[in-house]
Amino acid sequence: MNNIIEIDEVVKEFNDNKVILPLSLSIYSGEFLTILGPSGCGKTTLLRMIAGFEEPSSGVIKLNGGVVNNLPPYKRDMNLVFQHYALFPHMNVEKNIQFGLKMKGISLAEQKTRAEEAMKLTQLTEFRSRKPHQLSGGQQQRVAIARAIVNNPKVLLLDEPLGALDFKLRKDLQRELKNLQRELGITFIYVTHDQEEAMSMSDRIVVMNNGKIEQIGTPKEIYQNPASKFVASFIGENNYFHKDDQLIAVRPENIKISQSPVGKHKGIIKDIEFVGTLNKIYIELKGEENTLIVYQMPDQTNLSRNEEVYIHWKLEDEVIMY
Amino acid sequence: MKFGKYIITPSIIWLIVFFLIPLLFIFKFAFMKNGMYGQIENVITFENITKVFDPLYLKVLWTTFWIAVVTTIITLLIAYPYAYTATVVSEKWQRMLLLFITIPFWINFLVRSYALIVIFRSKGIINTLLLKLGIINEPLQLLYNMPSVIMGMVYTLLPFMVLPIFVAIEQLDHRKLDAANDLGATPFQTFFHVTLPLTMKGIFAGSILVFVASFGMFVVSDVMGGSKVALIGNVIQNQFLGARNWPFGSALSIFLVISSIGLIGLYYLATKNIGAEKSGGEK
Repeated sequence: MNNIIEIDEVVKEFNDNKVILPLSLSIYSGEFLTILGPSGCGKTTLLRMIAGFEEPSSGVIKLNGGVVNNLPPYKRDMNLVFQHYALFPHMNVEKNIQFGLKMKGISLAEQKTRAEEAMKLTQLTEFRSRKPHQLSGGQQQRVAIARAIVNNPKVLLLDEPLGALDFKLRKDLQRELKNLQRELGITFIYVTHDQEEAMSMSDRIVVMNNGKIEQIGTPKEIYQNPASKFVASFIGENNYFHKDDQLIAVRPENIKISQSPVGKHKGIIKDIEFVGTLNKIYIELKGEENTLIVYQMPDQTNLSRNEEVYIHWKLEDEVIMY
Repeated sequence: MKFGKYIITPSIIWLIVFFLIPLLFIFKFAFMKNGMYGQIENVITFENITKVFDPLYLKVLWTTFWIAVVTTIITLLIAYPYAYTATVVSEKWQRMLLLFITIPFWINFLVRSYALIVIFRSKGIINTLLLKLGIINEPLQLLYNMPSVIMGMVYTLLPFMVLPIFVAIEQLDHRKLDAANDLGATPFQTFFHVTLPLTMKGIFAGSILVFVASFGMFVVSDVMGGSKVALIGNVIQNQFLGARNWPFGSALSIFLVISSIGLIGLYYLATKNIGAEKSGGEK
């Protein structure tokens, strides 16, 4: 796999405030890469540097082998889908989509055919002559995506594109985006703070915190082998135990509850939450300060609050933090 | 919210007493006969209205119209870059620039106009300077002609153009400019395809204010034109105060009022859609 973007020791400071610490990252051509992290972790700044809206304070960003540090956005062969869409309110859907082609001086006939294609791909054909304010949030988001992909960029950058939409629509659009990426074969760089979104869409996830990368890996790797306590608790829920001199993490679904004595951990059930597909059980352990979280299928539970139970897990489900 | 309804009562009474009622009188006068000694005779006539369309007055109206058009264009060309600059500089400079544009408001208009005369008259600052520097041999005629009237108008009305445009540019969503930039538009293209259309409302508002104001302006042409340039405002002033022909003055005034209302109506039509677009686009 060849790398389309190379980020080498990039630092970004705003007024002596380091937002991005020295950070290096290679992005493969054609992959769906998600930059995941809490708000303020520097993920949007990183994306804006890749897009060209911010210049790195030091370090190098390469696109297709060429340094692009100071290249303005309009000269970069990539497009950004903005968090709040940033559609042009004075143009209809079709004109919005044609905008990029028009600016590059592409003939009107080609503008029309390519916009047509993009509208078909994003199911916008029937809304072509509507203005943005006449569209729903989901439709506006589709316009923003169509407006970007119509330019056939090498890389599509997406800055929390689904953040403003409600749950159901967000789920639908996640799948649409993933399918679109597969169909077009464009490299997607997707920024989000939503770990579920990152897990379900990405080929690889970059977990960021405090301006640096915590871990890079496939969703599975990151879930099963978190490299740090931050990753372990940011992606899904986790339980921590002290074992000798080590801190180990065990996922809630890997912990088993038993009413008869098994293993050495004993606790009291503090609460049982029914969350649809499973029960979330909170257990207070003797000798541990943190409350445990355990997932169980609802039908296998005949537990009750304040019951004393034994818990255990398999050695292979332990992840050593340090 | 009952109280809210009544809170505007004083201003409505004020407008009725000091604006609407006098205007109705003017309207009435326009259809009455002018007496021998300047009194108004209670006889209904259309004489005054037809007189407005006399070639003599039509020519004045035409001149006034063109001066207003030229004034509006020049004001716009100066105001837009000025307002734009004010939105991109630091906060301190922004305050300074806006102060510069509003300071003249606080100084009596006549004082300002005479200050302009001091600067532009044949022995004024500019001519003296140019003569001393040997750039010219004879003083330039910088006053009492059409260009000087237009200059006076532009100077007087500039704030009315700058402020609405400033507000429009200030409210501009910069993410839309980023989006244009990202989609391959050069800064120049971004300006013409995004910034300008999205600030059109401010341009319209400023243009209407300047145009309507310069259409009825008479002090500037008096002071800067030395009554050599007669505008419709001067004619009206003259009819009321000099010729003492109130009915004809009223007829001309009504013509002016109707043209202004027509223009303001056009402005509302033109900006209605822009308003809807501005509020949309984001959810």
